Amino acid sequence: MNTKLIFTIAKSLLVARWRQTLVAAIGVTFSIAMFITLLGFMTGLNDLLDGLILNRTPHIKLYNELKSTPNQPIAISDKFKNNYNFIHSLKPSGTRAEIYNYGAIIDALKNDNRVFGVAPKLVAQVFYNVGAIDVTGVINGIDVEAENKLFYFQDYITSGKFIDLKNTPNSIILGKGLADKMLANIGDVVQVTTPKGDRIQLKVVGYFQSGLQDFDKTQSYASLTTAQKLLGKPSNYVTDIQIKLTDMSLAPLVGKEYAKVFNLDAEDIQTANSQFETGSSVRSIISYAVGITLLVVAGFGIYNILNMMIYEKMDSIAILKATGFSGKDVNFIFISIALTIGFFGGLAGLISGFGLSMVIDNVPFNTAALPTIKTYPINYNPKFYVIGIIFSLITTYFAGLFPARKASKIDPVVIIRGK
Amino acid sequence: MSIVLQAKGISKNFHDPVTIQVLKDVSFEINRGEFVSVIGKSGCGKSTLLYILSTMDTDYEGDLLIDGVAMRNKKESELALVRNEKIGFVFQFHYLLNEFSVLRNVMLPGLKLGKYTEQEVEHRAMEKLRVLGIDNEAHKLANQLSGGQKQRVAIARALINDPLIIMGDEPTGNLDKKNSKIVFDIFNELAHELKQTLLIVTHDNEFAQSTDRIIEMEDGRIIRM
Repeated sequence: MNTKLIFTIAKSLLVARWRQTLVAAIGVTFSIAMFITLLGFMTGLNDLLDGLILNRTPHIKLYNELKSTPNQPIAISDKFKNNYNFIHSLKPSGTRAEIYNYGAIIDALKNDNRVFGVAPKLVAQVFYNVGAIDVTGVINGIDVEAENKLFYFQDYITSGKFIDLKNTPNSIILGKGLADKMLANIGDVVQVTTPKGDRIQLKVVGYFQSGLQDFDKTQSYASLTTAQKLLGKPSNYVTDIQIKLTDMSLAPLVGKEYAKVFNLDAEDIQTANSQFETGSSVRSIISYAVGITLLVVAGFGIYNILNMMIYEKMDSIAILKATGFSGKDVNFIFISIALTIGFFGGLAGLISGFGLSMVIDNVPFNTAALPTIKTYPINYNPKFYVIGIIFSLITTYFAGLFPARKASKIDPVVIIRGK
Repeated sequence: MSIVLQAKGISKNFHDPVTIQVLKDVSFEINRGEFVSVIGKSGCGKSTLLYILSTMDTDYEGDLLIDGVAMRNKKESELALVRNEKIGFVFQFHYLLNEFSVLRNVMLPGLKLGKYTEQEVEHRAMEKLRVLGIDNEAHKLANQLSGGQKQRVAIARALINDPLIIMGDEPTGNLDKKNSKIVFDIFNELAHELKQTLLIVTHDNEFAQSTDRIIEMEDGRIIRM
């Protein structure tokens, strides 16, 4: 088969009907552009919303659950071995909230190559004193640098610098809601009361805004040392170990393993936030569905135009066949016309999709919930562009398949004798 | 003299709306270099016969041999190759592709055959156009030519692969007296000077009288040959 000749003929048929070709190509361009923009925008939003929780949630949290021991003395006793024992009003006792020997655990975790990073945390229940009123809340004692590396801490600091938390002794970063309630400005000193009744004064070095209002009304951050001092605990007192893995999907498995090895309780992100993954995947499915629908519509457009072209070019097809072009050659001519429309339309679609994404990326988007976001989020994943061009080629191929087959089956005798 | 084309007992039926036998056991031979015309009244089956001989119509009974090779049981693509290489066509209507220049139209079957390079095919096409006296129009688009010129381009296209036989279906049917004369003279020249085998279906008796051999048909049968 003389491929070059086939392409030349396909090209001249395309050029001869350039207006229709253009309309068909614009159809493809439009749908691919929308496909790219839609997916980029949807995924951008997905990432943003998921990040709201997922960025700040450890993949695995190791802690001591407040619970009664499963090995009750009566079960160990030989005397009652053959009895079935009921114990009522069981209360836990002697449970320690802190993690025993946390330094050694952190060292062990850091040597595990599945672990991306580890950050210790100390959660302290406190009362914030606002004049005569006490507001209940939580102070999270954090390793400032590790926290920033793993959970993008500075992204949520709306005023002040996160590193001041480490550099200024007895400092605190307040949730924006809480700061408003306490009328506390940066540089002010606020007073908190610990559950044991101690009163401690802390200097405000910044505000943070997480995007979750309720969270911002009760939470604040202090350095690990400050929090330990607050509770009157020694410097090895830590309640949580937060772990980020290199591969998030391993979390349930690795979590169980750590719980066993370190004799702690483990909570993995999948269990803690299962609703987010569901939401993301449903949104992705919707975007793909809309994109593919647009492409199918464009495909019908190409189908129509090729059909029309075949009716107009009956004579040409007949003479090509009479002078020695086989049905296969004719088929190939029309398939390559369809694919040319698909390829160039698709390519233009990718470019305009990228342009449209850039435009959306620069549209201002200010919301109180998301302090660091200034414009609409867009995801420029090259995967969408690859999928886009493949889809456009596949759709146009199928759109061309039936008209091309029809053209290849044209009987030249019927056309020529019909004149 | 070698036989170029041989028809052995060819019959054909049309089934729509009722079965009618249009060709009844037609047998004849055409030798190399012969200028043959087929005449007969409208509906006598002469065009139907031509399209069977051209290998485009494959729905018939009997045998057709071109250059000694049986055409029955050949695949569609093989028949296309036979048409490309061995048969040149001139129809009543010119069937030029308007998207292409005159030269390109003539070149197409040659490029399809792929026996010569593109430059050679172009050179040969110019040569054919020169023989037919329309080399000045070579770079015009096909639809810028007059009817007579178009038909001459169609003849050049039929000649491009030096076919074994040229088949014509009323090639002068759409032309005025003057252009008919030109086309007829071309055919005569091809037959007698270049020893080109020609099989022309016509209802123009004057045209037929001046060919080497006349096959006359009536009701699907050959009555004179």
